[in-house]
Amino acid sequence: MTPRPDFPARRSILRQPSWAARWEASLFLLLRVATYGVLLAAAVVFLDIGWKGGRVVFRAEAPFINLPFLTEAPESLHVLKLPDGSTLQMGDREYRAFTEAHPEQVKAARSETYVYSAGGIFPNIVGTVLLVLGAMIIALVLGVCSAIYLSEYAKEGPLVRLVRLSIANLAGVPSIVFGLFGFGLFVVALGWNVSLLAGWFTLAFMVLPIIITASEEALRAVPKGLREGALALGATKFQTIRTNVLPYALPGILTSSVLAIARVAGETAPIMFTAAYVVRDQMPWQVGKWTDFFFQGVMALPYHIYVVASKIPQNDYTRDVQYGTAFVFLFTVAAIALTAILLRARLRRQYRW
Amino acid sequence: MPTAQTLPVAPSVPASATPAPATPPIVEIEKLDFFYGEKQALFDVTLGIPEKQVTAFIGPSGCGKTTLLRCLNRMNDLVDVARIGGGEIRIDGINIYDPRVDVIELRKRVGMVFQKSNPFPKSIYENIAYGLRLHGIKQKPKLDEIVEKSLRGAALWDEVKDRLHDSGMGLSGGQQQRLCIARAIAVEPDVILMDEPCSALDPIATAKVEELIHELKNRYTIVIVTHNMQQAARISDRTAFFYLGKLIEFAATQKIFMKPDNPQTESYVAGHFG
Repeated sequence: MTPRPDFPARRSILRQPSWAARWEASLFLLLRVATYGVLLAAAVVFLDIGWKGGRVVFRAEAPFINLPFLTEAPESLHVLKLPDGSTLQMGDREYRAFTEAHPEQVKAARSETYVYSAGGIFPNIVGTVLLVLGAMIIALVLGVCSAIYLSEYAKEGPLVRLVRLSIANLAGVPSIVFGLFGFGLFVVALGWNVSLLAGWFTLAFMVLPIIITASEEALRAVPKGLREGALALGATKFQTIRTNVLPYALPGILTSSVLAIARVAGETAPIMFTAAYVVRDQMPWQVGKWTDFFFQGVMALPYHIYVVASKIPQNDYTRDVQYGTAFVFLFTVAAIALTAILLRARLRRQYRW
Repeated sequence: MPTAQTLPVAPSVPASATPAPATPPIVEIEKLDFFYGEKQALFDVTLGIPEKQVTAFIGPSGCGKTTLLRCLNRMNDLVDVARIGGGEIRIDGINIYDPRVDVIELRKRVGMVFQKSNPFPKSIYENIAYGLRLHGIKQKPKLDEIVEKSLRGAALWDEVKDRLHDSGMGLSGGQQQRLCIARAIAVEPDVILMDEPCSALDPIATAKVEELIHELKNRYTIVIVTHNMQQAARISDRTAFFYLGKLIEFAATQKIFMKPDNPQTESYVAGHFG
């Protein structure tokens, strides 16, 4: 072996115990424990909602799903404790019918009333789905157009850098601030009042940063060769983007949409003042003129959870409604996200590069 | 400095090759200066690309041959800092850098094949039909006819006629490059620019592409940039030698490789540097 006076003496190549190796091993252990901790927290949350909500949503006998919960509007729960010791629970409509049929039983019983604890959450489901669809369409159109402009057309310079920085910062703005912005601009200044339109635009602006940054990345990831090949054949820049860049960036754009869908569906603060009603008698499709459709407020799942959890006295019945609503909410978001994921898989197969 | 007489000539020019007479130039480059930002890449380049012949640009790395090639169809416009400092490039007597020139029409007349083959991730049929649709040809029978003609012209038809609707990315490297050539010739350009088309191909695929270039030159003017001197000697009619952004010598291929005027050219073709 040639002498190497500047370096410490060589050791055997077999593994020797050392402090550096021990530190690394304990660091890896720490990272693993942290990961498992995160998984445990997520599992606790989902299992809690799954268990308590599942009890509300599923039934032991056919049809195995608590259909009234999913298909009716919320109403007050009346609990009658009859003199013979039995307890009757019924929703508002049923109670009125019961009172007419058996007035003497009602007089003899002790009754308690709990708001929003009976009936179902169907209008809320419909409202959330409508809000998600409208907000995602607006966010995708605006977001993808901005991403195309920023990544393909804009000349790099201080202004463009400022724009990118502003968009990135917008992602960190609290959602309540978006709610206030939406309230000030759409509800009051533009005069739309509490409406689907105001909610759509507020929610769309809230998720724009996610869509724009992810879409820009997806567009950049498309190889330069595809663009040059098209341009060399005599395509205009826009034709190139439309036929040779955008289709291959779609899977990446859809990935960011899945994240955006979850945010749009779940945020309460932006829709509190702009689109959500606590309770509404009509369904969204029961409007006089078709233009009224856009200017009506809706009930929404996350807002319902908020109302039932904080605006009314708490008891076992309201807790059931909260968990049931949370369960249905997770399921609805998962269903919408699954659609987006399936669409993305199909596009990946079609536009493989 | 050893002269061309004392060293064996490195590339061997086929004995049957006689220098073709220079036809009138289809592309005239006159006193061209080209800059990337502050850095000058081309200095006072003047040469005329003769019609329906193969012109090769040779020279060591960084000498500006690819830059000049990309100027001819204005692909350098894609680089923000690239600009013409002085001089003109004329096609049909019109300076292609005139603000009134429609770049799209220019690129339809001057096609390009890139170093790294870039077939679109579409079917083989769609790869070729893409350019045709840009030209406004939409009827299926016409598209079918031109697709077949182009694939035959690129010596690819027999290999792919049964799988026209399979993805173009599923072909081998040589087939992909021939597909790119088919795509370029489908739109019937006047000039085809080739930027080191065989550098990523194995010798058999390279031989097929060179044979193809030999057939194509009857119909199209071809300008090829190549790092491979032997390739330039095999397929080109005229050769331009560039060094550090300047055109050192431009003459018939036989002359450049057998009896060049300039000692730098002599030194390069003998393999002393590069």
